[in-house]
Amino acid sequence: MSQLPSVQPVSRRRRFSLARREALTFYLMISPWLAGFLLFTLGPMVASLVISFTRWDLLSPARFVGLANYQKMFTRDPLFWQSLKVTTLYTAAYVPLELTGGLILALLMNQRLKGIALFRTIYYLPSVLPGVAFVVLWMWILHPDVGLLNTVLSYLGIQGPRWLVDPRWALSALLMMSLWGLGRSMVIYLASLQTLPAHLYEAAAIDGANAWQSFWKITLPLLTPTIFFNLVLSIISTFQTFTSAFVATDGGPLDSTLFYVLYLFRQAFQYFNMGYASAMAWFLFLVILILTLLIVRSSEHWVYYEGRLR
Amino acid sequence: MKRKRLALAVSYTLAILVAILFLLPLLWMISSSLKPNYQVFEFPPRWLPHPVQWSNYPEALTYVPFGRYTVNTLFIAVMTIAGHLLSCTLVAYAFARLQAPGKNTLFVIMLATMMLPYPVTMVPIYIGFKTLGWVNSFRPLIVPAFFGSPFYIFLLRQFFLTLPPELEDAARVDGANTMQILWHIILPISRPAMATVAVFSFQAAWNDFLGPLIYLNDQSKYTVSLGLNFFRSSYDVRWGYLMAASLVTMLPVILVFLLAQRQFIRGIALTGLKG
Repeated sequence: MSQLPSVQPVSRRRRFSLARREALTFYLMISPWLAGFLLFTLGPMVASLVISFTRWDLLSPARFVGLANYQKMFTRDPLFWQSLKVTTLYTAAYVPLELTGGLILALLMNQRLKGIALFRTIYYLPSVLPGVAFVVLWMWILHPDVGLLNTVLSYLGIQGPRWLVDPRWALSALLMMSLWGLGRSMVIYLASLQTLPAHLYEAAAIDGANAWQSFWKITLPLLTPTIFFNLVLSIISTFQTFTSAFVATDGGPLDSTLFYVLYLFRQAFQYFNMGYASAMAWFLFLVILILTLLIVRSSEHWVYYEGRLR
Repeated sequence: MKRKRLALAVSYTLAILVAILFLLPLLWMISSSLKPNYQVFEFPPRWLPHPVQWSNYPEALTYVPFGRYTVNTLFIAVMTIAGHLLSCTLVAYAFARLQAPGKNTLFVIMLATMMLPYPVTMVPIYIGFKTLGWVNSFRPLIVPAFFGSPFYIFLLRQFFLTLPPELEDAARVDGANTMQILWHIILPISRPAMATVAVFSFQAAWNDFLGPLIYLNDQSKYTVSLGLNFFRSSYDVRWGYLMAASLVTMLPVILVFLLAQRQFIRGIALTGLKG
């Protein structure tokens, strides 16, 4: 016992050097990501902000123009506003549809049905298909004269609209097309549905609750973290819609599907306005950031975390 | 009991109806891909092609060099998978098992970058690769994979956390260092998680459109997505060909998906999205 004090300093120093070695190993091992973060995320973000204050076509040297790009964006570019409007409208329509549609599919697929694995596969499959092939297929389905959709509608005696070539319908057509990929959010819901504790439902059944009541009182509150996750993910990805508009409509007809990222892409890689494109990118970033923060802030009021009393 | 059976009947009916809704586009695609061109525009359309025009496939796939596109895409995909597996495993293991000051902050930063919209960094990264002279080569599509990807790192870290630390402790007592432990002990039991990353990574590389669109100019360097889009814009009315080509583009993804379904589901369960 009396020896202990003299041993301790040695072991402490040894422990200290071990901890340092471990920290060193840690930083060595994460160095690929750390370098990638600096090279492909932080660096470009800062660069993008700097470039947004310049006029730069990559041929002649960049010229500092202050806030001119932002000024033009907000005051003299109707296409910027059009792209913002299209994207916001589309996001506002698509996100709620994806959230509720995905949940309904997941509830349907969370039952003990025969052949459930096959059903799940069928529902999920479209959401893994390559974007371009997905869109090309839907361009054919939405063909105004001989497409699948208008054919089925004609059986019901309905003359279908001209979808992708009609400015009033093109955006809705793209919306419908995206809903074919609903399986993605379904699988996320399904994963969390399957972890819900059975004893809560048993207790509720003993208390005489019916399926409807246990859905609203048990399932939905326990799913709010997943709904929250899906909501954030869905908003971020919907705001970046690109492939469907680029391939199916190229923003048309009459700019009715001019999505924000499509317009940004044109500015950057067709008109080579790197400064203007960067200003647009930063504005998009701010919009998404603020929306995400608002949702996070609001989540305190509606997201239920198990084990937390309120 | 009667109510329960009624509910079950409703569930089956709904499930089957939705399944038809989800399958119909694919069946329509298969049917159209086998129709002779004059039949494609018949109204009302035939549901079953007659005669079955198998020749649409070889013709569509030689109209534009789809073989070339496939080889290009496979090359990019394989390199991307290799890059992701190599870098993400190292980073994820460090995040899962090692202690260091600043670790938690870095982890939160990494998660936050998952939310970052791609367009924000797109322009400067393009300018960077252009300065290096890498535009119109596969390098801009491959090299970033070797620097890890937050989603896959997160996924692997979640998996590593589920492994019992006793295995590593025993090896450490025997004098093994971190790299030896990772290589000899962790990797052999992590195949399912690695397979998950490989599957996701393959899918992302195969499906990517914006990346190749920005970086690849020569037709000989096109990927399948780019090639299909080029095909679409050049031969807009040959829907039979287009459907055949689209189907062929989808086929590898469908095959991988059917073979690795468990990996997809596991990946989602692993990332702890259950909340």
